[in-house]
Amino acid sequence: MTTDRPDPSRTAAGHPGSSRAAGGTGDPGRAARPGPPGGAAFTVGLIVNPVAGIGGPAGLKGSDGAGVQLEALARGASPRAGERAALAVRALLARRPDTRIVTVAGPMGEDSVRAAGGVPELLRLAPGDPSSPRDTTAAVEAMRDVDLLLFAGGDGTARDVLDGSPSCPVLGVPAGVKVYSGCFAVSPAAAGTTAAEFGRDAGRAGSTGSPTSTGGTGSTLAAEVVDLDEDAYRSGRVSPLLYGTLRVPAARARLSGRKVGSSAAAPGSAEAIAREVAARMRPGVRYVLGPGATTMAVGRLLGLDTTLLGVDVVQDGELVAADVTERRLLGLVEGHETCAVLSVIGGQGFVLGRGNQQIGPAVLKKIMASGGLLVLATQQKLAGLGGRPLLADTGDPEADALVAGHVSVITGHRESAVYRIRPATEEFTA
Amino acid sequence: MSGHAGEPFAELPVAPKPRLRRFHQARWDEPIIFEQSRPGRRGIAVPAPGVPAVELPDTVRRAEPPRLPEMSQLHVLRHYVRLSQENLGVDQAIAVGQGTCTMKYSPKVNDRFVTDPKVAELHPLQPDDTVQGVLEIYWRLERMLAEISGMHRVSLQPASGSAAIYANVAMIRAYHASRGEGERRDQVITTMFSHPSNAACAKTAGYEVITLMPDENGCPDIEALRAAVGPRTAALMITNPEDTGIFNPRIAEFVALVHEAGGLACYDQANANGLLGVTRAADAGFDLCHFNLHKTFSTPHACGGPAAGASGVSEALAPFLPGPTVEFDGSRYHLDADRPLSVGKMRPFLGVTPNVVRAYAWIMALGAAGLREVAETAVLNNNYLMHRILQIKGASAPWGRNRLEQVRYSWQELSEETGVHSEEIGVRAADFGVHYWTSHHPYVVPEPFTLEPTESYSKEDLDEYAAILEHVADEARRDPGLVKGAPYNQTVHRIDPSSLDDPERWSPTWRAYTRKHLS
Ligand SMILES: Cc1ncc(COP(=O)(O)O)c(C=O)c1O
Repeated sequence: MTTDRPDPSRTAAGHPGSSRAAGGTGDPGRAARPGPPGGAAFTVGLIVNPVAGIGGPAGLKGSDGAGVQLEALARGASPRAGERAALAVRALLARRPDTRIVTVAGPMGEDSVRAAGGVPELLRLAPGDPSSPRDTTAAVEAMRDVDLLLFAGGDGTARDVLDGSPSCPVLGVPAGVKVYSGCFAVSPAAAGTTAAEFGRDAGRAGSTGSPTSTGGTGSTLAAEVVDLDEDAYRSGRVSPLLYGTLRVPAARARLSGRKVGSSAAAPGSAEAIAREVAARMRPGVRYVLGPGATTMAVGRLLGLDTTLLGVDVVQDGELVAADVTERRLLGLVEGHETCAVLSVIGGQGFVLGRGNQQIGPAVLKKIMASGGLLVLATQQKLAGLGGRPLLADTGDPEADALVAGHVSVITGHRESAVYRIRPATEEFTA
Repeated sequence: MSGHAGEPFAELPVAPKPRLRRFHQARWDEPIIFEQSRPGRRGIAVPAPGVPAVELPDTVRRAEPPRLPEMSQLHVLRHYVRLSQENLGVDQAIAVGQGTCTMKYSPKVNDRFVTDPKVAELHPLQPDDTVQGVLEIYWRLERMLAEISGMHRVSLQPASGSAAIYANVAMIRAYHASRGEGERRDQVITTMFSHPSNAACAKTAGYEVITLMPDENGCPDIEALRAAVGPRTAALMITNPEDTGIFNPRIAEFVALVHEAGGLACYDQANANGLLGVTRAADAGFDLCHFNLHKTFSTPHACGGPAAGASGVSEALAPFLPGPTVEFDGSRYHLDADRPLSVGKMRPFLGVTPNVVRAYAWIMALGAAGLREVAETAVLNNNYLMHRILQIKGASAPWGRNRLEQVRYSWQELSEETGVHSEEIGVRAADFGVHYWTSHHPYVVPEPFTLEPTESYSKEDLDEYAAILEHVADEARRDPGLVKGAPYNQTVHRIDPSSLDDPERWSPTWRAYTRKHLS
């Protein structure tokens, strides 16, 4: 994420709300229109990508493409982006009940607004069934008169939004598998709260779009939209590409922050962390290794063929199962003392709920009742969080609450840190 | 007089001085002294000794004479003068840029004392009776530092801050072992902004290290400490104020939590320059502490040593102090090497005597009131400089202005705007004759720089330093390439730092260089 300054190399905007990686000029400083005089309505647009995130619990590392989505459904996944959007809308309406919400009929928004107890104003658009990226882009193009655009999805959805060149600031409700772009709030509820705060100031003329990085509400920042090539991701290579920038409310603390990969960390540190994990492993205990380069180093040290992006289960130096789905994992932890070994998403602080949705609420509850968590991160990664806590967001507040408190984070061989971890929802709605 | 009133040279063709100094560092392309050696050259013809030759046993006799450089006096002198001109230090620069290092003025008169033959010609193996004077200085300096820290006893043997920290860890280990808890207490807790020597010494001594990260106020998270302490806790090793210059207001609670768990609390007081006469380690309940005499007490840092550290301990830990200790029976000073619980020697003999003498002289010159004035002036200077720095567009002080004697600032905003990094700003600042430092690794504060003005500098010095940074920040905005291409006025352009991380290539001595690169 960068602050509100034109960067000639990258931030050239064709529209006030967005800027593309190439081409065009614009006025990135101007953000939302001030509301009508007299503190009148704050209008939010809502677009839900109903299939976002569907591939996560199924171990598919993404949900882009109809084939993957069908496969996910076949593996027993159920769509949840609509539900997460509803959480955001509920939080928004609780703080700003007079908000007008403009959205698309059906699962692309209407259902979520209604589920949150709101009254949607529908665009004249007929999305396909199932909906496609083109529907998202069309919806963005149709929303020319809103103060803020909320969308629920992941990095792929953010790209679709970018393609629609939004004319106002944008905020993402995290609902995808890959949520690495800087335009997302840390949780659905945080998205709602941030939107409401932004709205409070959007009604005040002149308070928006000020080029500031102080984090004052109402002002905006440019946030990067990045995405991974899902095929490369599935085959174990992580290579995010920058697609452009979106303007987002400047409530910086509530945005995820762009993911920092672990390649910048000192060489050898993943090996040192892995050595410490191996030293702490006890016989008879099952270890659920989450995705990531650091957990992969644990597998390598044990001489096991674990996966970079999947969730694997090891015990007593053996690979019990590789790249498991949520359903399979639940069976594997049942009746076994189990400990989850998880890495931290750099820049964001997520330990649960991003990239490792296979470790869903039910699995987490079992793990917290037995072996608990071993969290892995370099000191550099923890330092990069700027004092913000580690976050859990399995989608089930009850499960997330089980991990709340302080957790030991292994930072090297015989080195650790003690660090705060909170449910993402709680962190930003308290 | 033909000029304007008061400006006798106004008609001469002399351009007015620009706002910033037009500094240029000397560039001599000076070879290493060994490269200048020529067989047979000499600086002095040493007369024959006039005493009979002694037969040395083969085990200590050199097979060949040492390969010392052979040079004339003039060439030796010129070599070192040139090197000194290629240096940036307190004696010619405004050395406020090496935060955490307390680069204050070391009064020259103190160098007179240590070059006096009464000190310079002492031999470490002289009998106690012939060195009563220097033993008295050791003893009295120990008492002063005990008073300043509130500790019971202080060892002056360590030759650096890190050596003092290591002495403290060694004592912590010996203390727990003496109580039968050595095996069980295998963890040391430290903080991210404590000096990394604390974690490093603990690890070297065999401990597992737990680091507390800063919370949103920039102080170590006390709830994390609560979660970290337990029956395995050997000690908390903490700096305060930390390297950010923020004084931890809950430090006594930190100490109490560790004590409740049966651990010891060890205070890294290398950053004590803002605390002299204001508060003491013992008042917060600490069991051990250390000072760097080469910071707070004005002795030279000596380019990484030998400097001088001082380890202070409570009465309960005094039996473990390194030794021998200097004792006083009311009329005579003597060395006590018969201390069965002692952790042993941190270095040969008593300590770095010239620095002990300098620190003693410095404290004696100031007195108690003077020490407190040092602290107050250092804090005032720091707060003035902070006021100036924070007026520079793009500079910030994460966690606010509540600082004692130093501040870890951030160029994050400037860097995001211009792509210029803190290291590059520091290199460019050297073009104006000042030194600048970023931070220990890993960087917690993004694009960090750490300034510590101490009590030595004048308001004009601080204004000049701030003006240089302001100028460089402005250059970064106008012409980032200019800053990134710096330095232009320096002794060397860039050096390749990669050899620092490569044991195959690094060469701390000429002998190592010859072996690795010339053979
Ligand atoms: C707070 C602190 N502790 C310890 C040290 C280590 O001292 P030395 O460099 O003498 O080993 C330093 C100096 O860099 C320091 O700033």
